[in-house]
Amino acid sequence: MDFSLSEEQQLLKDSVQRFVRDEYELESRRKLVASDIGYSEDNWAKMAELGWLALPLPEEYGGIGGGAVETMVLMEEFGRGLVVEPYMSSIVIGGGFLMAGGSKEQKTELLPKLAAGEMKLAFAYAERQSRFDLNDVECKAEKNGDGYSLSGHKGVVFHAATADKIIVSARTSGGSRDADGITLFLIDNNSAGLSRRDYPTVDGLRASELEMDGVAGTPLGEVGGGAALMEEVVGQAIAAICAEAVGCMDVLQETTNEYLKTRVQFGVPLSKFQVLQHRMVDMFMECEQARSMCYMVNLKIGDEDATERAKAVSAAKVQIGNSGRYVGQQSVQLHGGMGMTDELHVGHYFKRLTMIDTMFGNKDHHLKRYADL
Amino acid sequence: MDLAFSDDDLAFREEVRSFIAEKLPADIAESVRQGRPVDKPDIQRWQRILFNQGWAAPGWPVEYGGTGWDATRRYIFDEVMAEFDTPETVPFGLLMVGPLIYTFGTEAQKERFLPKILTGEEWWCQGYSEPGSGSDLASLQTKAVLDGDHYVVNGTKTWNSMAHLADWTFTLVRTSNEGKQQEGISFLLIDMETPGIDPQPIIAIDGAHHFNMTYYTDVRVPVENRIGEENKGWTYAKYLLGHERQSISEVGASKQRLRRLKQIAGEERSDGESLMDDKSFANKVADVEVKLTSHEYLNLRFLAEEAAGRPIGAEVSLLKIRGTEIRQELTELTIEALGYYAAPFEMEQLSDGWNEPSIGPDYAAAQMPQYLFSRAATIYGGSNEIQRNIIAKMVLGL
Repeated sequence: MDFSLSEEQQLLKDSVQRFVRDEYELESRRKLVASDIGYSEDNWAKMAELGWLALPLPEEYGGIGGGAVETMVLMEEFGRGLVVEPYMSSIVIGGGFLMAGGSKEQKTELLPKLAAGEMKLAFAYAERQSRFDLNDVECKAEKNGDGYSLSGHKGVVFHAATADKIIVSARTSGGSRDADGITLFLIDNNSAGLSRRDYPTVDGLRASELEMDGVAGTPLGEVGGGAALMEEVVGQAIAAICAEAVGCMDVLQETTNEYLKTRVQFGVPLSKFQVLQHRMVDMFMECEQARSMCYMVNLKIGDEDATERAKAVSAAKVQIGNSGRYVGQQSVQLHGGMGMTDELHVGHYFKRLTMIDTMFGNKDHHLKRYADL
Repeated sequence: MDLAFSDDDLAFREEVRSFIAEKLPADIAESVRQGRPVDKPDIQRWQRILFNQGWAAPGWPVEYGGTGWDATRRYIFDEVMAEFDTPETVPFGLLMVGPLIYTFGTEAQKERFLPKILTGEEWWCQGYSEPGSGSDLASLQTKAVLDGDHYVVNGTKTWNSMAHLADWTFTLVRTSNEGKQQEGISFLLIDMETPGIDPQPIIAIDGAHHFNMTYYTDVRVPVENRIGEENKGWTYAKYLLGHERQSISEVGASKQRLRRLKQIAGEERSDGESLMDDKSFANKVADVEVKLTSHEYLNLRFLAEEAAGRPIGAEVSLLKIRGTEIRQELTELTIEALGYYAAPFEMEQLSDGWNEPSIGPDYAAAQMPQYLFSRAATIYGGSNEIQRNIIAKMVLGL
């Protein structure tokens, strides 16, 4: 048993840390968030150059062939920097779908472009009624000659505006909440019949509402077999977002600790008050538990037993949700008024942690799923 | 012990209900219903309606324009206000400086300030905290030096809610460095138009302008704008903190929030059903409702004590702690109910005159800002950690 990083993984960590230090001062991030597309194409090109976009993709398609632990190392540092580039949408999820479900032709055509930063992907799954159930799909795909024609609404599609292609879950058969009969499709972002409403999200990212009316789609993976594919890839996404959350929490824990040592009230640093010391200890414990669960899920995400995998995913997501909530809320509280300002970084981490709990199902959703497994 | 209302009380409740049903402007009610911010002119419009009815300040003595209602009537009034989507009372004038002025102010101060607080014509803000003085408020450094018949004020105040909208501020300033810190503080009323006052916005984590940092440079304040005696300001500030209870308990506002939460969760879908049919979510809603009920009855017990002529002491901190925690739970559950639609954050959707279709359900946009801003509730007005210290020391004698 070994939880230490290999030399290569450590080098990766150092390199992402440098990037975050150089490019992700809070002020630089603020400018990116306020910019037209909400992130930096230069940063994206740099990520391609450093091999990060290729990291989890297979070597035979221009990738590096890294595993979950490599992605974890990278995402944790992205979390520390509150990185806003669409790595999760495009590489972890988009790349994940292509690898798990793409045909030989799709892989050959798309994966090298993805690795080179020449193409981006997004994943449209949520609908108004679906809440966190990936299989609650009302969007329809009808056979149309050689291809399919998609209609319906998809909500809160992260990074859709800047994606070249969007992966969409749609129903090719079955009732609206059946696991069977869901198919994933690739659609072009400039397709006829697709309208998009783009907006910023509370955590500094971008998302869109999609309205599809006869949009041409190409199946990705087996027709009718989308549910299993989504479970697999979303599981990987959850493992990755847990690492991002750990990065966010560590920053908050460290900053708050430092703040309590320097902020003087009643003639002593706040860190001298036992009630605040205990709060810091609880925050520290949450961070350590979250990190442990993050390691656990990233080590188990390749498990052959689907139930074991699903349990690991849901357990980790519950822990991350609870820990992120506590660490985020307490960091704001312990910073007092300063924690409430847009100026200080604390609030931005708090907001990201709040949304990380929501992403791919919140703690309640995963607790229920775990109990049912 | 008795909870029953007399026939008169019941008739009074009907009177208040029909008045609000008839007079509450529909546009204001709609903003409140959706949890959107209600702006100053709308709050003033509603305040004027209450004033014309003689109900502007239920808690004030009759001689200053209050209602003279007993505790039961005040409770009924608050209850009915919460039943409808009435805007929250802005506390600074009506609940804070008003009572301070009629309790400790001069006749001239009462005449000058109270009427315009009642009508809502003049808005107030609080000038307590400073960059170096948060929880340790008594360490404040903003200086007021007597120069003839004026104080000359220099220093910096912060977290001044609504200072950019206020006409006047009530402020704690240092008039002496001798003895205990608390014994060198005076309480001044300052016209925000006075030269040398410069409020600068502090943008909060919900992206909105609630707070300000206010700089005072040689601000001349007439001595007659001091409340009570020089160097006794701490006493008045403490009185005022106790008097804030009506606003900090937030019973009415929490009832409105609970209603909105149930409505939202009723409309949101989960597993093909209403989210309110989801047992684990419904249990959480029930749990916070139980907490709110116990909080409400605690508040009622305090009201009854006070009505019986037994003023509440430091126990009032209980109301602040529970009231703010409940508010945070409610706003958190509300964003949880929204699922992914908690994420869209397009502030323009909350502004007047926005008439494009909403992103997702129409009730969604206002909720995340409410949640984010609710995090301030356990910090302001004396953080909940400070409130617990107060109870430990003053109530439990620890």
